[in-house]
Amino acid sequence: MQVNEYKPLIVAFCCNWCSYAGADLAGNNRLNYPAEVKIIRVPCSCRVNPMFILRAFQRGADGVIICGCHPGDCHYTSGNYYTRRRMAALFSMLDYLGIEKERTRVEWVSAAEGAKFAATMNDFVEKVVALGENKRLEDLRCKK
Amino acid sequence: MNNNSYLQEEIIRRSGVNPSKCMRCGKCSATCPAYDEMEYHPHQFVNMVESGDIEPLLNSESLYKCLSCFACIDRCPRNVEPAKLVEAVRIAAVRKQGANRMTANDVPRMIDEDVPPQLLVSAFRKYTK
Amino acid sequence: MQRVGVFVCWCGSNIAGTVDVEAVSEALKSEPGVVFSTNYQYMCSQAGQDMIIDAVKEHNLTGIVVCSCSPRMHEATFRKTAAAAGLNPYMVEIANIREQCSWVHKDMLTGTEKAIILGKAAVAKVNLNTPLTPGESPVTKRALVIGGGIAGIQTALDIADAGFPVDIVEKKPTIGGKMAQLDKTFPTLDCAACILTPKMVDVAQNDKIRIFSYSEVSEIKGFVGNFDVTIKKNARFVNEDICTGCGACVDKCPMKKIPNEFNLGMDNRKAIYIPFAQAVPKVATIDPNACNMLKNGKCGLCAKVCTAGAIDYTQKDEFIEEKYGAIVVATGFNPISMDKFDEFAYNQSKDVITSLEFERLTNAAGPTAGKLLRPSDGKHPHTIVFVQCVGSRCDACAEKGKEYCSKICCMYTAKHAMLTRDKYPDTEVYVFYIDVRTPGKNFDEFYRRAVEEYGVKYIKGMVGKVTPEGDVLKVQASDLIANKQLRIDADLVVLAAAIEPDKSARPLATMLTASMDTNDFFTEAHPKLRPVESPTAGVFLSGTCQGPKDIPETVSQAGAASSKVIGLLAKDKLTGNPCVASSNELMCNGCSSCEKVCPYGAITYSDKEFRMPDRTTKVRRIAVVNPAVCQGCGACTVACPSGAMDLNGFANSQIMAEVDAICK
Repeated sequence: MQVNEYKPLIVAFCCNWCSYAGADLAGNNRLNYPAEVKIIRVPCSCRVNPMFILRAFQRGADGVIICGCHPGDCHYTSGNYYTRRRMAALFSMLDYLGIEKERTRVEWVSAAEGAKFAATMNDFVEKVVALGENKRLEDLRCKK
Repeated sequence: MNNNSYLQEEIIRRSGVNPSKCMRCGKCSATCPAYDEMEYHPHQFVNMVESGDIEPLLNSESLYKCLSCFACIDRCPRNVEPAKLVEAVRIAAVRKQGANRMTANDVPRMIDEDVPPQLLVSAFRKYTK
Repeated sequence: MQRVGVFVCWCGSNIAGTVDVEAVSEALKSEPGVVFSTNYQYMCSQAGQDMIIDAVKEHNLTGIVVCSCSPRMHEATFRKTAAAAGLNPYMVEIANIREQCSWVHKDMLTGTEKAIILGKAAVAKVNLNTPLTPGESPVTKRALVIGGGIAGIQTALDIADAGFPVDIVEKKPTIGGKMAQLDKTFPTLDCAACILTPKMVDVAQNDKIRIFSYSEVSEIKGFVGNFDVTIKKNARFVNEDICTGCGACVDKCPMKKIPNEFNLGMDNRKAIYIPFAQAVPKVATIDPNACNMLKNGKCGLCAKVCTAGAIDYTQKDEFIEEKYGAIVVATGFNPISMDKFDEFAYNQSKDVITSLEFERLTNAAGPTAGKLLRPSDGKHPHTIVFVQCVGSRCDACAEKGKEYCSKICCMYTAKHAMLTRDKYPDTEVYVFYIDVRTPGKNFDEFYRRAVEEYGVKYIKGMVGKVTPEGDVLKVQASDLIANKQLRIDADLVVLAAAIEPDKSARPLATMLTASMDTNDFFTEAHPKLRPVESPTAGVFLSGTCQGPKDIPETVSQAGAASSKVIGLLAKDKLTGNPCVASSNELMCNGCSSCEKVCPYGAITYSDKEFRMPDRTTKVRRIAVVNPAVCQGCGACTVACPSGAMDLNGFANSQIMAEVDAICK
């Protein structure tokens, strides 16, 4: 038994129409996933500004995951395509900065995929725990 | 069976054809000028490769009846390209040891005065490994 | 600073079972802005809601945080509660501590810890909330129907029936569309003209409906409820109001050799013409490319014989501007070109025809007065070969065919084959098919009747080649069931050409900012649940512009589209969603990045004068969001390089505050 088990800090951005509903469904079905995952509701995954992700890392988040509707199913027809492109660009830049690829992720979770939501979160947290704490972008001035 | 599925994969890989795209319209066989000469017709080639039934094709005379005119390739509405499949099976047959369709010695007696030599060379290539 | 009240719900034991609600309400008390914090068994109950109302009044709360179930469940409830307490309903935030906390975690300690963090995030957000009011926009109570085929006709009639004025824009000289060209209709075999022309007359006589024939839509501006449309009325060189449609001009016109479009070029018309006898409006039109008078000023016979004096050689294209509340797209289809199908010798032989040409050939008003005669020599054909799926279900080459099933060909081919055998029992009729698809009421029975009662020979296989030889067509085909190659000497070959959306659909979609699929069919807002609406608000879809359809389906879709239009026009005002994007004009540099990503075309630009500190003025281009069109996805907020664009209810600062609260 480890006493001081490392608890990562995970921020999940979920689109209102698919993934947030998917997370609700995971709750309805009592599917467990780590409490370290904190969900922020956004209208569409394309509302997620890369700035938000950087801010999360600055403030000491260990992983950030963005969940949206499946390609072709976006409530706003094309929002998740923008997300996919923007995040591909951002993640490669983060990679360049030395933020491991496993700390960021874009996943498509529909409103019917409660099980997928829970499984995704379990898997994501496991990967982030394996990497350990994220120190690279953390801004200590923010920690007051 | 195992050998067959290897052969099937090999033929699909070599031809670059995806037989599962076929919607069984039969336009290839409708188009084929060598249809009556063939034991297995172009649409059957596609079907048999898809189901892994390769052995009968390897031993069939049909392989050598295809003129490679590519009419079936041109007209197939699903881009299946049956002629490439025939060609791939033919290559599989001639690559098998001893399965040469003809030897160099057979050629002189088949020569027709009017046939351009280029055609002979290419035909010979087609029937040997 | 906001005065925030926090209300933690137990949800019986649903939340209280794994979250220490007392600890949560206690912990949130010390958050910035929080002046009141409590917890209760069922916050959504009447007693719970009264508790919120009382607390708002007692503590002068300006913001509310409810830690409860998912906002998808009760956000609307608590917004109503806030409104009842005299607060702006958008000053409420929900922390989801049930679905996303108590139900997924088993341990009281972790559950409570997480609930507190979620509560803190909601408090941080509500601190930055601003009161929002949904925008209102008026509705122009008039509809525009683009396309005057059966889809457009039915939509217009249904809308007019509800008492709203409708305009139909049709680019041909008459309404009626493809259905007017058909002979009989499956599966009941009633004649198309007999059921369509009364509807056309109804349209003409309905005082709520205006017809703009020989016209096109040239510009569309505005948004749902308020479209500004410019209609280009092409010059027909005949005064529509005076022309009686007597046809005296047509009789006298000397230009006789113009291919008749209505009969698909199988006979000729004059330079001045009325497309067919039951045309609506029944007025003559002069073809400017054929008329001698218009080309070189020599002739003028039609003007001489017109007793009404309707001919006007000086007529110019006219532009009409009109306002509409809703637009229905009913642009219809065309058969694809057979030019790429060399194997069927369509361009080599006149006796290889498309199914639509066959319709005209068997139509009593057609070029042969309904007698089935070969176009080449006028002889009666004895062997007729029908080829199905010509260009349908073809993904080999984009220029040649279409990947989709055209849906109507199986049925009309069965109809053609059956009618041919019925009228001419001496004929042999072959139908080559890949699959026979007849899902529809009485459809399969109809097809089986063609086979069983009328002796049509259905052959599973495809025609590979048609070669004209003398006066016969050598057809080479496969019979897959008999495993044979067939050679048939045919007199007539009929190709069931795939159908494609009308070419005018793509530029129209651009004008409407409505989306299309790769085949140029209009996309519906939801493939199952909103099949007659375009994702663009106020734009509706009717008929084959949305996908291949037969007449019954087209008519039912037209009715559905019209009911959606009526629902929209019945409103006096449209209330929008206040969570829309808005641009800070002081920060906007007019770069157009936001406009490019907006899926709804909600962003436009305007030049605005700004006063500079040195008292001069400067004109700058700035983005303006139309709140009636914006759906609030937020794509523009991220695209904006200057940070001028923000989303109400999900502002950058609000989401950042949530991130900060979670990562503290």
